[in-house]
Amino acid sequence: MAKIVEPNPAFTREIIAGGPNKAGGGDTLMLCYQCGTCTASCPSGRLTAFRTRQLVRRGQLGLKDEVLPTEELWLCTTCYQCVERCPRNVEITDLIFIMRNIAAKEGFMSDQHKKIGENMMAIGSTVPFPDTMKKVRADMGLPAEPPTTVSDQKAMADFRKVMEACGFDSLMKGGKK
Amino acid sequence: MPGKYALFLGCVAPYRYPGIEKATREVFKTMGVELVELQGAGCCPAPGVIRSFDQNTWLALAARNLALAEKQGVDIMTICNGCFGSLFEANHVLQHDPEKLKEVNQILAKVGMKYNGKIKVRHFAEVLYLDIGTETIKKFVKNPLDYKVAVHYGCHFIKPSRIKHLDDPERPRLLDELVEVTGAKSVNYKDKIMCCGAGGGVRSRSSGTALKMTEEKLKNVKKVGAQMIIDVCPFCHLQYDRSQRDLPGFDIPVVHLSQLYGMAFGLPREQLGLEAHEVKFKL
Repeated sequence: MAKIVEPNPAFTREIIAGGPNKAGGGDTLMLCYQCGTCTASCPSGRLTAFRTRQLVRRGQLGLKDEVLPTEELWLCTTCYQCVERCPRNVEITDLIFIMRNIAAKEGFMSDQHKKIGENMMAIGSTVPFPDTMKKVRADMGLPAEPPTTVSDQKAMADFRKVMEACGFDSLMKGGKK
Repeated sequence: MPGKYALFLGCVAPYRYPGIEKATREVFKTMGVELVELQGAGCCPAPGVIRSFDQNTWLALAARNLALAEKQGVDIMTICNGCFGSLFEANHVLQHDPEKLKEVNQILAKVGMKYNGKIKVRHFAEVLYLDIGTETIKKFVKNPLDYKVAVHYGCHFIKPSRIKHLDDPERPRLLDELVEVTGAKSVNYKDKIMCCGAGGGVRSRSSGTALKMTEEKLKNVKKVGAQMIIDVCPFCHLQYDRSQRDLPGFDIPVVHLSQLYGMAFGLPREQLGLEAHEVKFKL
């Protein structure tokens, strides 16, 4: 039996409106005429099951459940090659960011990505700054600690406050995986 | 000579490959270009994870960094494509969407800051090319290099080209020219403009997929006999350097353009941090 997938027009409208953050580029969704130049240009899709054209089509049709929980949504490296070549000026990378924002809001975030979010909340950096690196820096003639959030407590408090004001901490708690 | 720039360090350079930071500082000092400190700067923030999770957080954190530079009255200069991508694109939004700027400033007001959209975001390679120029750079080359190198542009240096207008996104020349000033020869190779595989949160979430893309690139670089990869992004740099631990059959040193210039300008090798790389630089 063929599986009948129910479209969700609200999902399409949500993408067009720019997702939870009203981000730019969503209004180009319906310009896509499915030529597939994006898929043909995608370095990730060459090696995986990620198909850019198909993801855009699913967005147009409002196939929410075929977008949000998928691994493919997260295989785009945001290289912009598809955007450069799109004959319809569809802001494909923006559409992917919007769909990822919707996914994150609904709790679809991987543990690995949440770990990076936690580093950001803790030290204002994606990667930890180990003590061993201080010596490497000093030996090179650099200040052991760079003048960033890792060594400036006031700046770090401000950085965290900005994240909290944007609701990033509660977003992270809402993750299911 | 050009004015001064606020040096934006990012995360990967100062915390993983400090040689890139050191080489940048020394190279610009040698050319007499002042770099001012961006005290209290944080992550750009990372376009892969932070922008994918929540674009308002991404925009507000970028605006905070931009405001730090604006307060000092200087343009921001990045040494990383990822930082350039985030800060440039966020700046583009803030300079073209007054509503977004207003929203962001309501957030920044909570920490006593404000961004007015007055500064430019620059990438050190285009500062070298456009503000300093290859003719001037040539004068500082004390130690001409005789290497055959593979240039890796990465993604967020010239793309999306509709807002960056730096070079042709399909056949760029800018980096090749900057590299050849040193005497090194930039060789052509298959899929030269292809991504390293790390961006967009792919390295952290699906490292195997990222590694496959990196392997493709490394194979193409090896095939033309390039002696090293030259990058302008510490994250591409990390991806190429560390991936070779997991990929047998490759031994291709990875060098940031600032480190290549350090060698060409005759700076002491120990200041360039090449020994700290996974793939040792033996040339």
